[in-house]
Amino acid sequence: MKVKQISIFIENQPGRLVAILEALKAKNISMLALFVSDTTDFGIVRMILSDTALGIKTLREANFAVKESVVLKQEIPDVPGGLLETIARPLTEAGINLEYFYAFLDTTPGKATIIIKVADPDKAEEVLSR
Amino acid sequence: MIWNTKYETMPRKELEELQLERLKYQVARVYEKVPFYRQAFMERGITPSSIRSLADLARLPFTVKQDFRDNYPFGLLAVPMEQVVRLHASSGTTGKPVIAPYTAGDINMWAEVMARTLSCAGMTKNDIMQNAYGYGLFTGGLGFHYGGERLGATVIPTAAGNTKRQIMLMEDLGTTVITCTPSYSLTIAETALEMGVDLKTSKLRLGVLGAEPCSEQMRQEIENKLPIQAIDIYGLTEMVGPGVSVECPHKLGMHIFEDNFLAEIIDPLTGEQLPYGEKGELVLTTLTKEALPIIRFRTKDITSLNPEPCKCGRTLVRMSKITGRTDDMLIIRGVNVFPSQIESVLLEVEGVEPHYIIVVDRKRHMDTLEIQVEVSDEVFSDEARKMEELEKRLMEEMESTLGISPVIKLIEPKSIPRTVGKAKRVYDRREL
Repeated sequence: MKVKQISIFIENQPGRLVAILEALKAKNISMLALFVSDTTDFGIVRMILSDTALGIKTLREANFAVKESVVLKQEIPDVPGGLLETIARPLTEAGINLEYFYAFLDTTPGKATIIIKVADPDKAEEVLSR
Repeated sequence: MIWNTKYETMPRKELEELQLERLKYQVARVYEKVPFYRQAFMERGITPSSIRSLADLARLPFTVKQDFRDNYPFGLLAVPMEQVVRLHASSGTTGKPVIAPYTAGDINMWAEVMARTLSCAGMTKNDIMQNAYGYGLFTGGLGFHYGGERLGATVIPTAAGNTKRQIMLMEDLGTTVITCTPSYSLTIAETALEMGVDLKTSKLRLGVLGAEPCSEQMRQEIENKLPIQAIDIYGLTEMVGPGVSVECPHKLGMHIFEDNFLAEIIDPLTGEQLPYGEKGELVLTTLTKEALPIIRFRTKDITSLNPEPCKCGRTLVRMSKITGRTDDMLIIRGVNVFPSQIESVLLEVEGVEPHYIIVVDRKRHMDTLEIQVEVSDEVFSDEARKMEELEKRLMEEMESTLGISPVIKLIEPKSIPRTVGKAKRVYDRREL
């Protein structure tokens, strides 16, 4: 299923993630998923929030550069080969390139949730629903 | 339209003969009347008879801003005070202002070069010119005023400020030409928008904009927001005020009124003259000023000269837009770098007004240049790869423009402190 994700630019400096989390906490916004990637000089924080629009507004007011994008949220069985068979192989066979993805264990036992970023989320969603 | 065909389209050889004749006269006058110049000439073993060709100009000493301060207020005056009919002054942001005295002859010459300026910009006697330059000590207001009247146009002396009333008069009186600073023209556009007035349906058609640098990007913005051709002009209090040079509607450089102002380009470090086409510091000599004749004034403005005749028919040398000031110039690893070059690369690559600082340091006897650029929502990409590509592109463009490679550091929005006045862009931490 398609969900909205926000990405935030941060400098690789102590305290930057704290500033983001404090801003969100102050507006009572909770995170459903979080992923931090970094290069040598800067990082990109990606998160799925309980309230995307309010989150973007809040973070822009706190002087962060923020982008909204659409990602796919997919539940997969938490078993060996689960990611391979339910996501990776079908997308590869359909010729869809994964830009990045991140996974976390679901609250449902035996399940994991994976967030997938692709160039064309509609097409990927259609492939995965087959 | 060409206001003065004789001088504005004169064959260059003939023009140079005229310039030489006038230069000889000016040198003789300042030698006789101005002790400051007499002493400077004597120190170099120069007498008026030393000037035999225009090439001898290079032997004459420079005049710099400090010389105006040292001779404040009337030390450089070349006529008795009774012949002075008016005094103007620069804003004097650093210490005492520059005092500019004019004889009746100077006022007449000024009106002539300003009539040429306005005519060159595309104005005619049928135009209604709203003059929103400041009136008073500043040369802008009265300079444009006299030029507009000399041309035969209708001049509305609104002066700067009270923008809502400006806009009301503009609509009610059918203003066709606005004369003001480039930034004030944008204030007018924005205020009109707030008032719900659509200036695109007004009679406004031309803006003659000067007194501050106007980049090509700023011109685009002005022309998008107002229904005008935005024409750039150049002038300075030390020469006459506005009226030194102006663009024609072809916008291929500003035509210098060389029968009155002799232009050279020099290397700001060595003081050597540079050939046509090369970028350097503009140096100007007045050829017809009576009260305040000035020899080889170092303007600190960076430009280049093009002597090719223009499409408009003028044979006058053209100066390119001012691309920087020598006081802003940084020498990094022996290379001259101007902050304006860095800004134009950022603007070109990012497509938006950049917020940046330039940090120069010296590590292990080696100069380093770091450019810190704020990442705006517009340039931020969710993909780290694209952000790294942006860094790489900025670095490559900087290297090809500046001739040295900088370190690019992307930083968070608003991490550079905002100031009300002129932004501090350069942090030179070298201990030289």
